[in-house]
Amino acid sequence: MAEDIAYQFDVESIRKQFPTLSQEVYGKQLVYLDNGATAQKPKTVIDAIERYYEVENANIHRGVHFLSQQATDKYEEARRVIQRYINAPLEEEVLFTTGTTGGINLVAYSYGELLSEGDEIIISAMEHHSNIVPWQMLCERKGCILNVIPMNESGELIMDEYRKLLSSKTKLVAVTHISNTLGTINPVKEIIRLAHDSGAVVLLDGAQSIQHMPVDMQALDCDFYTFSGHKVFGPTGVGVLYGKKELLDRMPPYQGGGDMIEKVTFEKTTYNGLPHKFEAGTPHIAGGICLGEAFRFLETMDLEGIQHYEKELASYAESELLQIEGLRIIGTAAKKTSVVSFVIDGLHPFDIGTLLDKQGIAVRTGHHCTQPIMDFYGIPGTVRASFAFYNTKEEVDALVRAVKRSAEMLR
Amino acid sequence: MTLEEKQQDIIDEFAIYDDWMDKYEYIIELGKDLPMIDEAKKTDDRLIEGCQSRVWLATDVQDGKMRFTADSDAIITKGIIGLLIRVLDGETPKSVATSDLHFIGDIGLQEHLSPTRANGLLSMVKKMKLSALKAAAE
Ligand SMILES: Cc1ncc(COP(=O)(O)O)c(C=O)c1O
Repeated sequence: MAEDIAYQFDVESIRKQFPTLSQEVYGKQLVYLDNGATAQKPKTVIDAIERYYEVENANIHRGVHFLSQQATDKYEEARRVIQRYINAPLEEEVLFTTGTTGGINLVAYSYGELLSEGDEIIISAMEHHSNIVPWQMLCERKGCILNVIPMNESGELIMDEYRKLLSSKTKLVAVTHISNTLGTINPVKEIIRLAHDSGAVVLLDGAQSIQHMPVDMQALDCDFYTFSGHKVFGPTGVGVLYGKKELLDRMPPYQGGGDMIEKVTFEKTTYNGLPHKFEAGTPHIAGGICLGEAFRFLETMDLEGIQHYEKELASYAESELLQIEGLRIIGTAAKKTSVVSFVIDGLHPFDIGTLLDKQGIAVRTGHHCTQPIMDFYGIPGTVRASFAFYNTKEEVDALVRAVKRSAEMLR
Repeated sequence: MTLEEKQQDIIDEFAIYDDWMDKYEYIIELGKDLPMIDEAKKTDDRLIEGCQSRVWLATDVQDGKMRFTADSDAIITKGIIGLLIRVLDGETPKSVATSDLHFIGDIGLQEHLSPTRANGLLSMVKKMKLSALKAAAE
């Protein structure tokens, strides 16, 4: 079945656009299944990075000269490409950050300044550490209270418990759109609607969703949405925070410096408007421009097709892996993306990952920066294969063969 | 056998493997064959928490020689521990503290002792050397 879709989808011609995929490691063809950690880059993005430093480099928003104007135009154009892609109403609602972690910290710090003692924040049991720790720090700073939506054995949030946690004290709900460890797609529309009914704002951690499905800020009606460039086929060190203008306007600046000011005197400084108020200092200019390029690449793709194809790959992988004795899938939500986390009874994920590596298979092992999930299942970690649209059924077969061989060696 | 001769011995043993999987097959066998630490000694103060695998290390000084036993929940880590102990156990404190464990790199396992690997092995080696330094000072 995966083959039919692969045919419509023409994976081979897509793979040709990703140079890293065609290499060998330890004398074996590389099988890259660590897309949840970071995605490989298409040639158009790599070329744009090279072009930027070869002929376009200049600082932005400051110079009157040709190169500076051109770089500023391209940087702002990238912002508009991203705005269009996520269907944000206004371009100044799209802030460049350093990544998901940068976006969450910005909101936790700046929106956090509007909170006071006794205010409540809700996160979930399946958050990445970067959507836990900034809120704990805020709670310590401001005396707020952190509540956690529990999950069931399949790795689905228990919505009844979420409803019980919501009250007029709830000021902010920060949840992941898709779990990086379990693959669960959370019912974010419902989460947002309920939060809004209680008068709370919602931040979605989009690190694992934007590369897998269409995301529409207006349809979702979330207040903040943040993601990392490197997981969406763009460069590292750059990411985006979308925020509703009326909230961003009310929030104090996060960092002070150049670009974010209107006028500076020693007596009083006034701040620049959006988005610059939140973009102090020289940004990752090449990163922003090339992230725009990554979205131009994605715009040429059939998003519905991608979703379907990736799901097929993951389902095929799960059913083949489950033939292996003692193997359990961790994360069996009814709605999942192309993440397959597993453990094998009696075997350590680290051992399996080490042997897979030597067979050319790149997966991630460990707790995936979600230690509370590991505690919940009582396991030291999982082996995680995470698929992108450039992966193939043959690669799934290679994974399954390699896992079988590793398990035999370790038993 | 001197510490250096023990390292050379291991390097010779590994020289016959040119395939990675064969090399690991051997390390896994070493790991399986070595029940290295009493369950009673697997206490929290002996635990070295790696990001991925956990390591327990017990150190002792007997008749002026360092004695080490160690264990891990991951079998590959345990196999490598076996090699480290083969080289360091029974050596004088001074010899352990100043040892250059080049055999790990020579047999292609340097990645397991890299600071980013976080399997507890690097911390274990550091602890072994620290305990030897302490013993040497006494
Ligand atoms: C769900 C989720 N949130 C946040 C992050 C953090 O992303 P970054 O390290 O790029 O800031 C990740 C990346 O691993 C993630 O998967």
